Amino acid sequence: MSLNNFLLLPIIIPFFFGMLLIFGQRKLVYQRSFALIGIGLALLSAISLLFKVKTDGIQLVTFGNWPVPFGITMVADMVSTLLVTTTLLIAFFVIWYGFGSINKERERFFYYPGVMFIVTGVNGAFTTGDIFNLFVFFEVLLMSSYLLIVLGGEKEQLKGSIKYILINVISSALFVITVAFLYSVVGTLNMADIASKIAAIHQPGIITVIAVLFLMVFGLKAAIFPLYFWLPTSYHAAPIPVLTLFGALLTKVGIYSIMRTYTLFFVHDLGFTHQLLMVLAIFTIIAGCIGALAYFDVKQIIIYNIVIAVGVILFGVAQMNETALKGAMFYLVHDMLIKAALFMLIGMIITITGTSDLRKMGGLLKKYPVLGWSYLIAAFGLAGIPPLSGFIGKLLIAKGGFEAGNMWSSVFILASSLLVLLSVIRIFVYAFWGQEQPTHTQQTMDKKTYRTLFIPTIFVVFISIVYGVGAEWITPFMDDAAKLLSDPSIYIDAVLKGE
Amino acid sequence: MEILLAFVIGFLFMAATYLLLSKSLLRIIIGTGLLSHGAHLLILTMGGLGGEAPPVLTDGARDFADPLPQALILTAIVISFGVTAFFLVLAYRTYQDLGTDDLSLLKGSDELE
Repeated sequence: MSLNNFLLLPIIIPFFFGMLLIFGQRKLVYQRSFALIGIGLALLSAISLLFKVKTDGIQLVTFGNWPVPFGITMVADMVSTLLVTTTLLIAFFVIWYGFGSINKERERFFYYPGVMFIVTGVNGAFTTGDIFNLFVFFEVLLMSSYLLIVLGGEKEQLKGSIKYILINVISSALFVITVAFLYSVVGTLNMADIASKIAAIHQPGIITVIAVLFLMVFGLKAAIFPLYFWLPTSYHAAPIPVLTLFGALLTKVGIYSIMRTYTLFFVHDLGFTHQLLMVLAIFTIIAGCIGALAYFDVKQIIIYNIVIAVGVILFGVAQMNETALKGAMFYLVHDMLIKAALFMLIGMIITITGTSDLRKMGGLLKKYPVLGWSYLIAAFGLAGIPPLSGFIGKLLIAKGGFEAGNMWSSVFILASSLLVLLSVIRIFVYAFWGQEQPTHTQQTMDKKTYRTLFIPTIFVVFISIVYGVGAEWITPFMDDAAKLLSDPSIYIDAVLKGE
Repeated sequence: MEILLAFVIGFLFMAATYLLLSKSLLRIIIGTGLLSHGAHLLILTMGGLGGEAPPVLTDGARDFADPLPQALILTAIVISFGVTAFFLVLAYRTYQDLGTDDLSLLKGSDELE
């Protein structure tokens, strides 16, 4: 029990390095190297934690050695450990990418501490086993995201961040309200304890109301159908590395929270809660597809693809069987990787052409063939072409949908892949084919910047390919995660009885 | 007592929603203040208003107020304080740079040409 503090390392290391980076803010070499070292160390500890959880099962630590429902418990199970590892992996390459992309003024003004604290918040939210502690970690990551979205103070950023902060203040207040309601019904804050208490009272109507409130709270963070309107305008304002972090990590915390609450707490009235979740997921996909096809702006196309992926993953969660949950986990990790890759790639396209408007681009394939083909691979990965990363997740989600008897909606999920493919192939056709445009400012992008941007990008693309081709190696981890999600008693027993 | 507070909190939420839907940025921030007041009062109420003594161990006291909601509120207060301070400075900065506090004039980023 005592050696289990190990599981806190992926949270503590970024936090510690974030504090170190507050000092010496003017020294760029120090800032850059320490940020990379910090995330690298945290990544190593997360990977070793992943293997420890694989062999020894769920790891937990309760602060201050209090007995379990009374203290704050941190729980590292397969679901959270996989997400923590992916988060750190992406953060590592995004920081590297930022060396060539974020301007020096921003780097000197607490950009790296912001990134470190956002990673702390995300990892904490994935690992915590206490509902109020989840709120606190949400605030940690949101506060850092406010800093990162407004850092630089351009006019568009100011406009975008006002909306972003306002919507998050409202959703945080809703979170507090929901926790208050839940506390008045079950009288506890520990997630495993809440789950067992809800099971003991067989989820009366009030708990179902709380379930819908939680869906509203986390849906605001994750951008599900009627609550996604803030996302395109706010995200559009952020600089590319920040946008990459947000797009790859922030909405996924919302998805994880919906996944956790809907597979652990609210599993006794599936006919209402999960049906609602499924309908909202389908509408989310429709809304995302419309947005992704409507714009000629590369950023906006990929941003709407975030919304589509949120819908697909939550559709898997709504099926509530092991196949679909395994698919949702596969797709969640895939989507974090591929969104990071795509944002980094379009960031390069925007830097090369000096515009984000597709109609003003063209003919990049002649001068940048490697960039073009890696974009094409990432686009195919997003759409789910078989050997690549998006395939297995969507296959399992659709299969789970058929198993649960939702024939038409599963067919719809498969059909939506075509629209996803169309939306990203449009970028390829417009930007890489055709005539070279005179507006391009290729000459301003020197070889060195190009290389600093391209190397981390190609790493992420490569990892996403390995994730798809090597699905065989990843399956045992996903099996554990799916088993845990589909049977809440595993989690509850592990936390309350210590296995 | 809980019923009375429920009405008060409901009124706070109503006022907050009304202010959040207005055009002026300052009125919106006042709305977020009222919203968090309502949320904090709600935690206190939902924890139950029973208990005679404050949650401090003293001789002779038998019936304590529930200490947990108070700790939760304290956490939520400082968090919302931090966020509000940031939001106010952001509003100030926006007013300086863009010269308006009318939210309907801050729509610029929607056009993506």
